[in-house]
Amino acid sequence: MNRAFDAIVIGAGPAGAEAAVTAAAYGQNIALIDEQPAAGGQVWRTPTGGFPGKGDGAARAGDDLRRRVAASGVKVFFGHRVWSVLHQGGEAGRVFRTDALGPDGTVALTAPALVVATGAHERVTPFQGWTLPGVIGLAAATILLKSQGIAPGKRVVVAGCGPLLWAVAAGLAKTGVQVAAVADLSRRDAWLKRLSAILRRPSLALDGAAWMARTAFSGVPVYWGHGVRRAEGEGEVSRVTIGPVDTDGAPVAGREHSFDIDTLVVGHGLTTASEVTRLLRARHHFDRRRGGWIPEVDGSFEASVSLLYAIGDGAGVRGQRLATLAGRHVGLTLAGRPAEAAALNATIACEARFSDALADLLAQRPAQVAAIASDTIVCRCEDVTRREIDEAIDAGADEINQLKHFTRCGMGPCQSRYCADTVEELMARKLGKERGLIGQWTGRPPLRPVMLGELIGDFRYEDIPIPEPAPL
Amino acid sequence: MSRVFDLVVIGGGIHGCTAALFAARGGMSVALIERGALCREASGVNAGTLTMQMTRLALIPYALKAHTMWADAPRWLGHDVGVVVCDGLSLAFTEREEELLSVRARKRREAGAPIDLISGAAARRVEPGLGDNVRLAGHCKVDGYANAYLTGLAYRAALVSAGVTLLEHTEAMGIDQSGGYTIVTQGQPVRCKRLLIAGGVWIEPMLAWLGVHLPIKVLVNQLAVTERQSPVMRTVVGIASGLLSLKQYPHGTTVIGGGWQGVGDRENGGVALLPDRLIGNIRLACHAIPALKETRLARAWAGLEAETADALPAVGPIPGHPDAYVCGSVHSGYTSGIYIAKLLADRILGREPAMPLFPIDRLLPQPARAA
Ligand SMILES: Cc1cc2nc3c(=O)[nH]c(=O)nc-3n(C[C@H](O)[C@H](O)[C@H](O)COP(=O)(O)OP(=O)(O)OC[C@H]3O[C@@H](n4cnc5c(N)ncnc54)[C@H](O)[C@@H]3O)c2cc1C
Ligand SMILES: Cc1cc2nc3c(=O)[nH]c(=O)nc-3n(C[C@H](O)[C@H](O)[C@H](O)COP(=O)(O)OP(=O)(O)OC[C@H]3O[C@@H](n4cnc5c(N)ncnc54)[C@H](O)[C@@H]3O)c2cc1C
Repeated sequence: MNRAFDAIVIGAGPAGAEAAVTAAAYGQNIALIDEQPAAGGQVWRTPTGGFPGKGDGAARAGDDLRRRVAASGVKVFFGHRVWSVLHQGGEAGRVFRTDALGPDGTVALTAPALVVATGAHERVTPFQGWTLPGVIGLAAATILLKSQGIAPGKRVVVAGCGPLLWAVAAGLAKTGVQVAAVADLSRRDAWLKRLSAILRRPSLALDGAAWMARTAFSGVPVYWGHGVRRAEGEGEVSRVTIGPVDTDGAPVAGREHSFDIDTLVVGHGLTTASEVTRLLRARHHFDRRRGGWIPEVDGSFEASVSLLYAIGDGAGVRGQRLATLAGRHVGLTLAGRPAEAAALNATIACEARFSDALADLLAQRPAQVAAIASDTIVCRCEDVTRREIDEAIDAGADEINQLKHFTRCGMGPCQSRYCADTVEELMARKLGKERGLIGQWTGRPPLRPVMLGELIGDFRYEDIPIPEPAPL
Repeated sequence: MSRVFDLVVIGGGIHGCTAALFAARGGMSVALIERGALCREASGVNAGTLTMQMTRLALIPYALKAHTMWADAPRWLGHDVGVVVCDGLSLAFTEREEELLSVRARKRREAGAPIDLISGAAARRVEPGLGDNVRLAGHCKVDGYANAYLTGLAYRAALVSAGVTLLEHTEAMGIDQSGGYTIVTQGQPVRCKRLLIAGGVWIEPMLAWLGVHLPIKVLVNQLAVTERQSPVMRTVVGIASGLLSLKQYPHGTTVIGGGWQGVGDRENGGVALLPDRLIGNIRLACHAIPALKETRLARAWAGLEAETADALPAVGPIPGHPDAYVCGSVHSGYTSGIYIAKLLADRILGREPAMPLFPIDRLLPQPARAA
């Protein structure tokens, strides 16, 4: 199946769905692709499997967005996983081509413009035992809670940083899970310092305060300025130990606390999912506070590749409000309404100040990375430890792709999506180089692992377009 | 700046690294200039197949020697590049492929490759992972594969201990020929008595610095690798036309190649993969080894391979430029390159190579040939 559109949008979170709906409202022929079964993205993930949803603000906003998408005339490809993105054709008519694997095989779409709105990945900075079954991400816990109403365990410690920590803790407490403790890398004063910024955004201030209050009122012990030292267990996690950290996230001497648990939920902020723009060789720069490598965009969110737009958390972690605004901006640009798009700039600038105030809470803490113990696994797909990474650097690897070749780090199914941020930081620190000079993992397809059997579908041998034999 | 090396090699792929290593071991002072890190272009991203059944006829005697060298790599290189020696099969699924295979296997056999033609049933005894669709197979016991991404790690250690001056992340930008050779870089110029150009697909612009115009076609080969899977095959599998190469590594991943072309060029590298060709290549792979359908594609990439007009190597002295040499464009060069580069190192050291080189005079326009 081949289909041509005015623009393709990858990712139906707040950013991508808003861009699609806005452009379609002005008659643009838009394709919107997401591997999820419906629009909503991370923050407004749709409930599945008959779970009615929580009926809270997020669920309402998500339902509202889904209604708008349904009414918009946008051609949706939900349940489709984009595995290849290509910029093809001559100078005269270059088009983007996306290949997405859905229930009926792989679907190729083309369009002169491409909007990348692929969101963020959760960062988990490794600690001893983090790969044990029973240790899950805050993001994964959110997904369970939001889309299925399932609690991940019976007795849980929630650890890490950022607003998600508190949302998960509150969500778990509400579901009746026993939250043995909440450990926040940040100290309480780190939150208080940001209070004025948070107060400028009453809705979020309320949310945040409500989460913290809900957690506190449920009698859950809260450890400010604490991080996970180690998780232990035979075959699965059964015990976690936390201890104090300094303001940079590095462990410091002080009393440790251990808890017998069946689940540890942990996350250390978000990192940009910039695989598509990297695959298309757009220019990127490193910005720790924005979640890592982000595509360089102009005032219209257009990247260094013409008619390639990057919005939402994938273009710098800045939260849902800015994701939605950027989506609307790009939707108007696609519709040929630059003045209306520009009218959003003041609001965007104002929101950006708010998101800046929270950025550090979600950003990587270099001192925390530096403190990773030498026998701790860093690349979980290939079981590569910090020691092996250090040894490869000693053996002459001084650039990230070379390190990968020396160690297999990042060669597994996740293709470095989860370890890149940590490994690059370790390398930069050891070589005394600036983070941006370590290089980026070369972006390659598939964007997500895909089953070979699904990819090839049914075929006859005669129909394989085998090229001419090589010369003898 | 004042130092004059006996030999400077430009390009740290398999050809440049091997020649540098043997020249240094032969007593020369050697510097190796590499724009990036060692063996990160073709020599680090290739499929690592060490097979006779994809090797060009004229190269089979060299490939056989090279195969022995690879199998023995820990001894002369000092490091393991994950070489596995195993049986190889070249398959025919159709009548046309049967004909092609019969001719090619016979000719390669005549050139010295121990290839037997066996039935589909016999092929399945050699490789139980095959489907029941094979009509005929070329069976060769001299086959195997290496783990190409370990090449740089292995050579780096070997070169350092042989005393080669490694200038990584140093781009050669031109050659000054007034009194010996001086290689222009962004930093210090590098001076030498002898020069070896071993820049893969970039030998064309490098030779142009010397006024020598050798057209080099750039092939953009696509490759794919699966995630780890329990064993589904134990041999190297190809097809008669050469457009499939397939093997499963001991850690469980399977590399799928065969020279399907992607998008790229000398300036930008292997930029993009064409999904239809990727799917075509993978269909071929699953047609041969059906159990591959049950695994996931982890990554696909593309690398650049050089090809001369007659698809034979460019290895030998550079006409009109005393003590300057070129080494590259060896088809299936990962297999044969180590032996061919070693032959050239012999020549540079003033020894008679054990087998003929592939001088480039044949490929140059007439006036240059006369010069
Ligand atoms: C788990 C989690 C919970 C969060 N909760 C909150 C919260 O409660 N409040 C808040 O303000 N912010 C929250 N955030 C931050 C918030 O999600 C983001 O700021 C906002 O959703 C960004 O929107 P987006 O459209 O850029 O990306 P997302 O909402 O992440 O949407 C990206 C979409 O792209 C799709 N996608 C990506 N790659 C592909 C591909 N290759 N093929 C097909 N589809 C693809 C994904 O399936 C996803 O639906 C949360 C973030 C996470 C990770
Ligand atoms: C995808 C792919 C799969 C392959 N599969 C196989 C296989 O299975 N079996 C097999 O036998 N062969 C295979 N080959 C062929 C084999 O990889 C090549 O023949 C061989 O690696 C070429 O080695 P080289 O040293 O000539 O070139 P390269 O490895 O490309 O080395 C050239 C070096 O020169 C450097 N350079 C370039 N410009 C400059 C400059 N200005 N200054 C300094 N340095 C510079 C480059 O950075 C590079 O490192 C494959 C090739 C590809 C691309």
